Amino acid sequence: MSETRATVTAPGKVTIVANGRELRVDAGISVAAALLNGGMSAFRRSVHGSDRGPLCGIGVCYECRVTIGGVRHRRACLVTVADGLHVSTGADA
Amino acid sequence: MSAFSASQAGAAPSPYAKRHEADVVVIGAGPAGIAAATRAAESGRTVLLLDESPDVGGQIWRHRAGQPLPGVAHEWMGRLTRSGATVLRGASVVDLAFDAERRGYTVTAEGANGACLVHAHALVLATGARERFIPFPGWTLPGVIGVGAAQALHKTGVSFAGKRVVIAGSGPLLLPVAAMLRAGGARVLLVAEQASRRAVAGFARSLWRRPAVLLQAARYRAAFAGTSYVPGTWIVAARGGARVQEVDLTDGVTVRTIACDVLCAAFGLVPNTEVARLAGCTVMRGSVVVDLRQETDCPGVFCAGETTGIGGMDLSIIEGEIAGLCSAGRDADARSLHARRNRLRSSAEAMERAFAPRAELRTLATPDTIVCRCEDVPCGAIDPTWTMRKAKLYTRAGMGPCQGRVCGAALEFLHGWPADTMRLPCEPALYSTLIADAATTAAAVTQGA
Repeated sequence: MSETRATVTAPGKVTIVANGRELRVDAGISVAAALLNGGMSAFRRSVHGSDRGPLCGIGVCYECRVTIGGVRHRRACLVTVADGLHVSTGADA
Repeated sequence: MSAFSASQAGAAPSPYAKRHEADVVVIGAGPAGIAAATRAAESGRTVLLLDESPDVGGQIWRHRAGQPLPGVAHEWMGRLTRSGATVLRGASVVDLAFDAERRGYTVTAEGANGACLVHAHALVLATGARERFIPFPGWTLPGVIGVGAAQALHKTGVSFAGKRVVIAGSGPLLLPVAAMLRAGGARVLLVAEQASRRAVAGFARSLWRRPAVLLQAARYRAAFAGTSYVPGTWIVAARGGARVQEVDLTDGVTVRTIACDVLCAAFGLVPNTEVARLAGCTVMRGSVVVDLRQETDCPGVFCAGETTGIGGMDLSIIEGEIAGLCSAGRDADARSLHARRNRLRSSAEAMERAFAPRAELRTLATPDTIVCRCEDVPCGAIDPTWTMRKAKLYTRAGMGPCQGRVCGAALEFLHGWPADTMRLPCEPALYSTLIADAATTAAAVTQGA
C-alpha cells in the first residue's frame, strides 16, 4: 500500500518556479506563502534599492509585488499558487 | 455563484469589459458585506457582491484550507449562498461614478481577466479596515510585518514554525495572533501592548456586559501562557541585515533588546475609506459618516462595518444587515436592529479610547526613517506644517502603488493631517481597465448632456 502511494503524485501539491527554482508547495496557499516558506524574504527592491517583503498580508501595502507569469507588480499575498506558475522576485519597483 | 477569477483563466486581458447589472452592489465580502448582500438578496433584490480576494469572508473569516470555519461564519456563508446573491471574486474596485442617466452608480473593477463594469441602483460599501503602521527605524526590513498580517499570512499558508516572534503593537488583536502563532509552532517571545496597564484593565472591566468576549480573551491568553504580555511597552527601533534580527522595546524607563526572526508591529486598525471618498462620501476622523440607516451623505450609497469606525465582527454584521435591508427599502425591518448596534458601538468607542496610540510613538521616526514605503520618502523630507496634498506634490509621499494606504494613516497620526481627496484609479490598474472606464464615463456624459 505504502509503495503504491509513494509513486502517486501527492494530492494537493503543485509545483511553481520561483527565480528559476522549482518549489513543491501545498495547493491553495498564496504565492507569498510559497516564497516565504521557501526561505525568500525580499520580494522586491524599493525605488532607492532596499529589499522589501510583505508587510500587511492583505493586499493593501503593495510591498509584496512580484512578477507572476510575466506580469509585473502582482501582489503575491492575493494570488493563489497554480501548477507551473512562474514567479520572479527582486524587480525594481 | 460566478467566479470572476475562474472564468477564462489564463486568457489575455480583454479591452472589452464584462458588464453586470444589479439592484444592489456590495463592495467587500467580509462579515458586513456578506450580511448586507444576504439581507438585500433575501429581500428579493438582485445583488452582486465583489471582493478583491480569491475567497469571501474578509480578513476575519478567511481560514486556512482544511480548517473549520467558526460557527457564525459558517452560518452566514451558507445563508449568503442560499440568498441567490452573485459573488465576484478577485475584483478590485478602480473607479466609481454616479450615472445620471440610469440614476445609479457604475463601479469599475479589475480582475485577473481585465475590467468589469457594474451598474447598480444602490451601493453598500463594506471595505473593512487595514492595520495602522507607525514608522520607526527599521520598520521597512523584511520580516517586520503587521499583527493582523501575521494572521492573514498564516491563514494563506505561511509557516511560522520555529520562528522567534516578537509582537509589539496595540489592541485586542494581539491576543488571538499570539495564540495562533504559538499553535502554529512559533516561539512567541513577548507580546508588548503600547497602551498602559490601567487602560487595558479599564477596557477589560468595560466588557462586563459581554462575558463571551471576556471568555474568548481569557482562552487566547491561556493559549500563549508562558509568554509575557506586557502593557505600557512599545517599540523603539528594529535592526537587521537582509531581514530583521533584533528589536528594541521600552517601557519609557529602560530599553531592552530582543533577538527575533519576525517582528509583528501594528497599532490597531484604520478604516478603508478610499472607495467611499471616491464616491464623495463625507469622512470624519478617519471613518465614513452614516445615518441611522447606514446611509452616507451620497444618496443610495450605504456603508457598513469597520469602514464606519472600528468595532469588530458583531457590530459589522449588524451594520451590514441594516445596510442590506435599507438598500432594499426595508427600513422598518432594520429598525429592530438599531438598539443592538448602538450598544456595540459604544463598546467600540471604549476600545478606541483604551488603545489609542500613545504620544511617544510620534517620536520614534528619525529624519532618515522612511514614511512612504512606495516612494521611499523619509520623514525628514516632510514639513509638519504641510497638508497631505502638499506632501504629495513636494515629495511624492502617498503617490505610489498603495496610494497612501500606509503612509496616509501614519502621517495622519504623526502630523494630524486628514486624508486627501481620492482620485481614480483608487488602485493601480491596467490600461485596458482605464480605457473601459473612460469609455463608460464618456458615454454617461454624452447621455447626460
